[in-house]
Amino acid sequence: MAKVLEPESGGVALQAVGKRLPKLDALDKVQGKAVYIHDLKMPRMLYGKILWSRHAHARILNIDTSRAEKLPGVRAVITGYNTPEIKVGFLKDNPVLKKDKVRQYRDEVAAVAAESLEIAEEAVRLIEVEYEPLPAVFDPVEAMREGAPLIHEEKGSNILKLPWKLICGDPDEGRRQADFVVEETFLLPWVTHCCLGTSGCLAEFQPGGNLTVYSPTQIRYLAQRDFLEAMAALGLKDKRVRVVSTAIGGAFGSKLDTYPFEFITILLAYYAGRPVKLVFSREEEFFATPARQKVEAKIAQGCTREGRLTFRDVEMVLDNGAYTSWGATTPSVMMMPISSLYKVPNVRYTARCVYTNNIYATAMRGYGNPQATFAIESQIDALAEQAGFDPLEFRMLNANTAGEVTPQGFKVGSCGMKECLEAVRESLNWNEKRGKRNGRGVGVGSLIHVGGGARIYKSDACGTIIKLDDFAKVTVMSGATDMGQGSDTVIAQIVAEELGVCIGDIKVIMGNTDLETWDVGAHASRTTFVAGNSALYAARSAKEQILALAASLLNEPQEDLAIKNSVVYSRRNPAVSMQLERVLRAAHFKTGGTQIVASHFYDPPTQMLDKEMKGNFSAAYTYGVHGAEVEVDRETGRVEILKYVIAMDVGKAINPMLLEGQLEGGAAMGIGYSLMENLQTEKGKVLNPNFLDYKMLTFADMPEITSIIVETGERFGPFGAKGIGEPPLVGSAPAIANAVYDATGKRVRSLPLTPEKLLFDADGSEERGGE
Amino acid sequence: MIAVKISFLLNGDPVTAEVPDQVTLLEMLREHFELRGAKEGCGYGECGSCTVLVEQEAVNACLMLAAFVNGKSVQTVEGLAGKQCRLDPLQEAFVEHGAVQCGFCTPGMIMSAKALLAENPRPSRDQIRRGMAGNLCRCTGYAKIVEAVAAASKRGCSCGESS
Ligand code: FES
Ligand code: FES
Repeated sequence: MAKVLEPESGGVALQAVGKRLPKLDALDKVQGKAVYIHDLKMPRMLYGKILWSRHAHARILNIDTSRAEKLPGVRAVITGYNTPEIKVGFLKDNPVLKKDKVRQYRDEVAAVAAESLEIAEEAVRLIEVEYEPLPAVFDPVEAMREGAPLIHEEKGSNILKLPWKLICGDPDEGRRQADFVVEETFLLPWVTHCCLGTSGCLAEFQPGGNLTVYSPTQIRYLAQRDFLEAMAALGLKDKRVRVVSTAIGGAFGSKLDTYPFEFITILLAYYAGRPVKLVFSREEEFFATPARQKVEAKIAQGCTREGRLTFRDVEMVLDNGAYTSWGATTPSVMMMPISSLYKVPNVRYTARCVYTNNIYATAMRGYGNPQATFAIESQIDALAEQAGFDPLEFRMLNANTAGEVTPQGFKVGSCGMKECLEAVRESLNWNEKRGKRNGRGVGVGSLIHVGGGARIYKSDACGTIIKLDDFAKVTVMSGATDMGQGSDTVIAQIVAEELGVCIGDIKVIMGNTDLETWDVGAHASRTTFVAGNSALYAARSAKEQILALAASLLNEPQEDLAIKNSVVYSRRNPAVSMQLERVLRAAHFKTGGTQIVASHFYDPPTQMLDKEMKGNFSAAYTYGVHGAEVEVDRETGRVEILKYVIAMDVGKAINPMLLEGQLEGGAAMGIGYSLMENLQTEKGKVLNPNFLDYKMLTFADMPEITSIIVETGERFGPFGAKGIGEPPLVGSAPAIANAVYDATGKRVRSLPLTPEKLLFDADGSEERGGE
Repeated sequence: MIAVKISFLLNGDPVTAEVPDQVTLLEMLREHFELRGAKEGCGYGECGSCTVLVEQEAVNACLMLAAFVNGKSVQTVEGLAGKQCRLDPLQEAFVEHGAVQCGFCTPGMIMSAKALLAENPRPSRDQIRRGMAGNLCRCTGYAKIVEAVAAASKRGCSCGESS
């Protein structure tokens, strides 16, 4: 249960906002009625299956599909040689069907559509591919060396032409001003989303050549644009693409891009002339979908004798894998904590993304922030110790504050970092527990994240359309996406509050590009803020229309009218009132009548980062602090979490119960990242593509989470709210690593914090790091 | 592949089916009976999203052959609510306590909890955690699920009787 620290109340009692209301679609989901891609079936639907590469790096000499084509029940067999070339991804370096060469085991070499999954699987086994293996490279540092095998020859180098660089102030001067400096290297592993529902989609062409794709995507509208490119490649230039969302069985960033399998499904549907569904097995989900990348981070920070940070200098190498998805742009988010977590005047950050023959990198909850924050916040503890400060005191000294403009140009509105630090101090009983070195210890990790959208595209908007029927039932069509986080409910609460109706009268529809107006996608913890504001302003516009109608019906000035519990009444004279539905019917059933429809397209007041990577790219910033108390078993090296607390400045909790769900779920993912998750590869091959060997948290591993909600009231947020989706896992790893250090005196600079690393000096980063 | 003919009780109703002998219970429920509440999260017994009750006991339907349920009773999430959609107390508790996010794990969770409460109507939080350790959830961090199961158990729910 959460404790809520509220600001002074504005005096208005809220009806729907701030309430612990159940998620709107939970009723369907507990009855097994939600339709996921796995559950979707169309008449005459075929099943798609992909043939994956058998090598990490090889030339394709020949593909023989003749036996597969002859198998009864097979309706289409496609390869890169009998289909138009379609390249996908941020740098368009990923052909959906590989031709000439493969660069990873996960590469798509051919695909089949058949009457049943069994036949499709059998057909894929009958395809014969001749390969000529090529020398491969799996370590990004090696891949940067002269003479390393080139993953994409035509590029001339394995280093991506995305030279991430940010300089604020004068980092060299900052280093000279420092009385204490710590320099270390941190290593982070590949980890993956583990959505319980595997990836998949269903493509269907209508007779006129228009296309419908059913998909659990997080980016309905960007996917629509991508699929239109595929249509152009097929010569269907002027046709329509409709993307329809299915229920999403978990996303966490995995569905923020479009991937080859989706285009393959479209191609199969086109060539077979029938609807085709393609769904991954769990093993495919592990090895064929991109993941959170491996990072090596060299970091130095310094402070004065008084404990003021003077500089931060970070250099990173990121494993991009064989192709480019959003993993390559995570440095744009890593910059945020590097430049703006605490007040640090001089900052340098450079990052190189490097092609290897590994699986490739994409977005995952936190988008680079967890990796960067692990390095920064582990080191803040080391620096505090060297300078002779209590680590929490040291953080208080350097904490961010409301109204500051950070060196990267972020204009901080509300900021509850100090409140969060104090709350965690109290909850952990910090002053008592700290510094014992007796196998038990406490640690904290602070964080900053975007909380008001993130302008990484030219538009960061979301559209909402609201209509009211003759019975005062409200339909809200939102461009937003619900992946389980509860945006359906939060949007309904905001509309209910603004319109003065009860939440049961509201239906939220999201999931059909033909119906709703555009939204950039469910990323950057932006939905409550951006889609919430969009819904709020659409509801306000509907309310204005209603009150104008009611003013003439009631003979009252419009500005005196309000709506509560679906009754329009005069604030001056509450006896003058009318049921909302009667107002609506009176407006409708007459000559020249009308029904209420309102819309709003909300784009937050932000700017794109400039050439120097500076600017206020979010309308609000979310702050929080993770705290952990751990016990480390001296014999086994096992870390047990005795207490886990998250204090989060969310601006305003629209729905505290769903918010806690975000905090608890994020913490589970963060604790897993800290202690056990590791997608192991050997020479490019994923060694643990199943839930037995890839460890994520189970019921039995999960500690109790104490959630502390700090409300600072964000000026631009809907009812004061800021975004919260990603922060609950950002600060976990440093909080736990710092607690382990407090318990044992051992600083582990790589994740996960396995027992081996705590027992032996098996951790390579120990030697590379040091002070 | 040989087809076998089986008869069993499905959510209280006697049914028969003719299925190939290699077909799993999960496939039969989802494809033959179009009961798609039980999900395939892994297909090899590691996630629990396919959990249904066979003779009141929670099983991974992805591992069990369909033929095995011949003459037995099978209950799926679809059979929990009464015909007029009166929810089982567990379903209610999952809704009210925010135990559902993406919902993919939910039917399996609820069926596991159902079996747990049938065996132990008043489990401690620890017993809930241990009893449901075979069910994975990536969204909730489990806390709200534990709360929901504990709340349903306090209601002295109908768990244990068939609905
Ligand atoms: S699908 Fe049966 S246990 Fe995962
Ligand atoms: S609610 Fe998504 S896996 Fe449990």
